[in-house]
Amino acid sequence: MAAPVASPHLPRQRSSREPALSLRSARVSFGTRTLWDGLDLDVAPGEFVAVLGPNGSGKTTLVRVLLGLLALSAGEVRIAGRTPRRGSPSIGYVPQQKALDPDLPLRGRDLVGLGLDGHLLGLGLRGRRARRVRVDAALAAVGGSAYADAPVGRLSGGEQQRLRVAQALVGDPDVLLCDEPLLSLDLAHQRVVTRLIDERRCAAETAVLFVTHEINPVLPLVDRILYLVGGRFRIGATDEVMTSEVLSELYRTEVDVVAVRGRLVVVGADAHGHCESAS
Amino acid sequence: MKDLLDRLLTFEGLGELLAQPFVQNALIACAVLGLVAGLLAPLIVSRGMAFAVHGTAELAFTGGAAALLTGIGVGIGAVAGAVVAGLVFGFLGLRQRERDSVIGVVLAFGLGLGVLLLGLYSGRASNKFGLLTGSIVSVDSTNLVVLGVIAVLVTAVLAVLYRPLLFASTDPDVALARGVPVRFLSLLFAVLIGLTTALAVPIVGAILVLSVMITPGAAAARVTANPLMATILAVLLAEVALIGGTVLSLAPALPISGYVAVIAFLGYLGCRLVARFRRPRIAAA
Repeated sequence: MAAPVASPHLPRQRSSREPALSLRSARVSFGTRTLWDGLDLDVAPGEFVAVLGPNGSGKTTLVRVLLGLLALSAGEVRIAGRTPRRGSPSIGYVPQQKALDPDLPLRGRDLVGLGLDGHLLGLGLRGRRARRVRVDAALAAVGGSAYADAPVGRLSGGEQQRLRVAQALVGDPDVLLCDEPLLSLDLAHQRVVTRLIDERRCAAETAVLFVTHEINPVLPLVDRILYLVGGRFRIGATDEVMTSEVLSELYRTEVDVVAVRGRLVVVGADAHGHCESAS
Repeated sequence: MKDLLDRLLTFEGLGELLAQPFVQNALIACAVLGLVAGLLAPLIVSRGMAFAVHGTAELAFTGGAAALLTGIGVGIGAVAGAVVAGLVFGFLGLRQRERDSVIGVVLAFGLGLGVLLLGLYSGRASNKFGLLTGSIVSVDSTNLVVLGVIAVLVTAVLAVLYRPLLFASTDPDVALARGVPVRFLSLLFAVLIGLTTALAVPIVGAILVLSVMITPGAAAARVTANPLMATILAVLLAEVALIGGTVLSLAPALPISGYVAVIAFLGYLGCRLVARFRRPRIAAA
């Protein structure tokens, strides 16, 4: 029941130019409430798409659809040409940093290894050597080899997020789905984690879907933005979406987007939504 | 003081006692229980389920007491009570705060009900006392068969589902994202705990189930973060506590649970000491 092993050291080369991820007229509704409808999005291999929007705008729901945990109410979703299913190896998932119990009996390398085969049945006694090679390579790629054998709960938030990136990439996915991975990290670690994700994107043409409510740490990497607000959305390049006109329309209230020393500051979105300061 | 120690640690006639069939049954039962409890203990600790195990044990006691009163086998009653408790706690899901208070509520009710049932029971007093503190006489050959079957069952389930269980126990959010059926596994694990607890209750007693189901795992987690090593260590500790406790309790003719609890606790202290000397304390970030 071992996962198909490609080359253990080098990520697989993506051959085709077909989109890594595509949504067609996608709709999600719960009962009579529609979260979003008519969502069309193609993400090319190697493309970086940021998903922005206030709480409750359906970002998490989109993540669940892409992970195969929730079916669309209408429309179609494809990842690497296939309908996503639970535990699909085509998708890697980086969650937000969360405090772990310091006495949790789990090492960094176990955390990464679970990303590779934690969903499979059996003890996984066969193929242990190949597994170790892959886990070691993933750890080395994020600079985590030094603390691979330390209890995960005793590592710093930044170190844990590096391991999270390794955990998501060890299965060599086509799409990297990042769900607020920088939340509660300091600036230096935010940079490290973004750099690791970007390195992978360039080296292996992995498409990146980056859910965040703070655009600035990833601003230099973003190809396009999907901005969701209360069922309305806009897709486009940064300078097409992050404008006072577009965001005012999405939020249905007056919003100003101001560029300050290469950073974007959104002013005036109501408390219910999105209120960023230049932190 | 010395008299007391002599009373507690005596080996008079130990050889003859060890030759008794009921003692041998008890030793086999302890070995099997130690294996299963040791396998589960690190996962229980990872899931933060110590209190749930305690609650399960109290409901096994209630089930056992009900069975005693109605004349069904105590073992069957204990299994039924523990599995019901396991399912109730499993359905409560993963929210720690809610789970803790519900376990407290159910535990108190179960314990009260059990005491009432025992009060209504007019049979031998040692039967009553045995449920709470355990007794090796309670292990006969029928129990051994039940114990063996359940041990094989639990081990087989673990062999098939170990990786998803470890994933769901240590990293539930990502496990869920990776398609691991976290909720189902939580229920299943609760049933495994229920079955194992029910086996432990007649031997170590409802009150001291924690010393074989938690202490070995908690001790192992102090000295290693490697899940495989933690499991091996927990099994070893559980075996030493159970078999050692049984042997020591024979000659003084005292309940085995006290001996088991003390040995397990000493093992835990030892592991903490080893951890302290081996790695400098890292401030949790």
